[in-house]
Amino acid sequence: MLKLPVYLDNNATTPMDPRVLEAMLPYFTEHFGNAASRNHPFGWEAEEAVDYAREQVAKLVGADAKEIIFTSGATEGDNLGIKGVYEMYATKGNHIITCTTEHKAVLDTCKHIEKTGGEVTYLQVQPDGLIDLKELEAAIKPTTILIAIMYANNEIGVVQPVKEISAIARKHGVLFFTDATQAVGKIPVDVQKDGIDIMAFTGHKMYGPKGVGAIYVRRKNPRVKVTAQMDGGGHERGMRSGTLNVPGIVGFGKACEICRLDMEKDTAHIKVLRDKLENSLLQIEESYLNGNKEHRLPHVSNISFKYVEGEGLLMGFNKNIALSSGSACTSASLEPSYVLKALGLGDDLAHSSLRFGLSRFTTEEQIDYTIEQITNTVNKLREMSPLWEMFKEGIDINTIEWAHH
Amino acid sequence: MAYSEKVLDHYTNPQNVGTLDKSSKNVGTGLVGAPECGDVMRLQIEVDDTTGIIKDAKFKTFGCGSAIASSSLATEWLKGKSVDEALQIDNMEIVEELNLPPVKIHCSVLAEDAIKAAINDYRAKQGLEQLVFEERIH
Repeated sequence: MLKLPVYLDNNATTPMDPRVLEAMLPYFTEHFGNAASRNHPFGWEAEEAVDYAREQVAKLVGADAKEIIFTSGATEGDNLGIKGVYEMYATKGNHIITCTTEHKAVLDTCKHIEKTGGEVTYLQVQPDGLIDLKELEAAIKPTTILIAIMYANNEIGVVQPVKEISAIARKHGVLFFTDATQAVGKIPVDVQKDGIDIMAFTGHKMYGPKGVGAIYVRRKNPRVKVTAQMDGGGHERGMRSGTLNVPGIVGFGKACEICRLDMEKDTAHIKVLRDKLENSLLQIEESYLNGNKEHRLPHVSNISFKYVEGEGLLMGFNKNIALSSGSACTSASLEPSYVLKALGLGDDLAHSSLRFGLSRFTTEEQIDYTIEQITNTVNKLREMSPLWEMFKEGIDINTIEWAHH
Repeated sequence: MAYSEKVLDHYTNPQNVGTLDKSSKNVGTGLVGAPECGDVMRLQIEVDDTTGIIKDAKFKTFGCGSAIASSSLATEWLKGKSVDEALQIDNMEIVEELNLPPVKIHCSVLAEDAIKAAINDYRAKQGLEQLVFEERIH
């Protein structure tokens, strides 16, 4: 049975797993205590639940529970991880290396640091979206304190060579931070094997609740510290003050446990559907896959349909299929996706892109329906597109002098 | 963003999609916008020799739903008008008719520009001087 509308925007957020909700519910009502209340059973229950969740979260990423600091989400984690290192290690240096395709939470944090006297190198990515390791190593200088490179990209799903990056960081005595928001829960992430020093991630991208996330901060080899970005009661080993969001944390913990136990099964299911979707859509003339095909999250695909504009395309089916586009028209800034532009895509291809993000709840019927709807809409809009007509007549649209406005 | 009923209607059932013979002396073609900006509009008018009335209008648009709707509406309005009347079409009328939100006003401006460009192309073919329009930023 086809269930509409189809949700394929799971990189934006995932639906919460009913098992997660079930785990959370008692902590809104009967077990409502403050985890910091040390002197009565309400507090003890809450603290116990948080400790249990901390174990669940730590286990998913191969960390020790003590290394998990709960936050409000990945944006806070990115801020705390990067600004926290910048302030804590100020005597050691002020230089940070990141890349141009990071999430805005990382890029804007780096811009903030530049305003306060820090120095940031923004590495370009290669046309497949991956950074060049030689460029990374060459960018390191005596003042470099941090390399901040995301685990997997939110728009194109490419997975950076994290192990190689951490090896370079180690070799030069530089800390390695990674925004693993899209990767944790989807692919195996292990802070030990991957050599990660600080890592931000969040619940709502992995079937957990919104408003809760975590930052991993290494305690051994080396022992890492970050300066708190919020003053208060000194919760979370002094790194993140604020009363703990107990129901959220319980749900986040449960979501991590389910992801750990079901990852193999989920991935097998999702990858088959993603590949079916992608292979079918790439059959459409003049459609292009964006980003590296091999080093990529199993649930993500980003495709440009040349000569068709993304928002116009979405409009053909967005009552029934939820998707994102790299088109300027779908963003507040009216600029096309900076990630796609960083790959060297022309603005026209960036405007023509769709991002697909599947989940454990996506069904084959939904994928078949999506393939049909998109194919029909692309064909319909191309019949209406002057650029398609020119292409078919053999006119190179790049040779036309367009009036820019 | 939610689209107005009228935008949805033009998007679903666009009027006058197609191509007129651009080499014909009676056909004026306006091509405006740029692929990098995410919208390109081509609007064509065919003018009756004897009456000076626009007897046919066609469009093709690469762009969002509002751009497609603006050009579809423009072709509807053009048919049956004289060239001089067509010059009076103002982008704000398109905005009002389609209930375009502020971020989509540029789609209506593009449609107005396409009309003017088509008329100038027609005038050039008729050996008439080019009309100069106020530069606008959109």
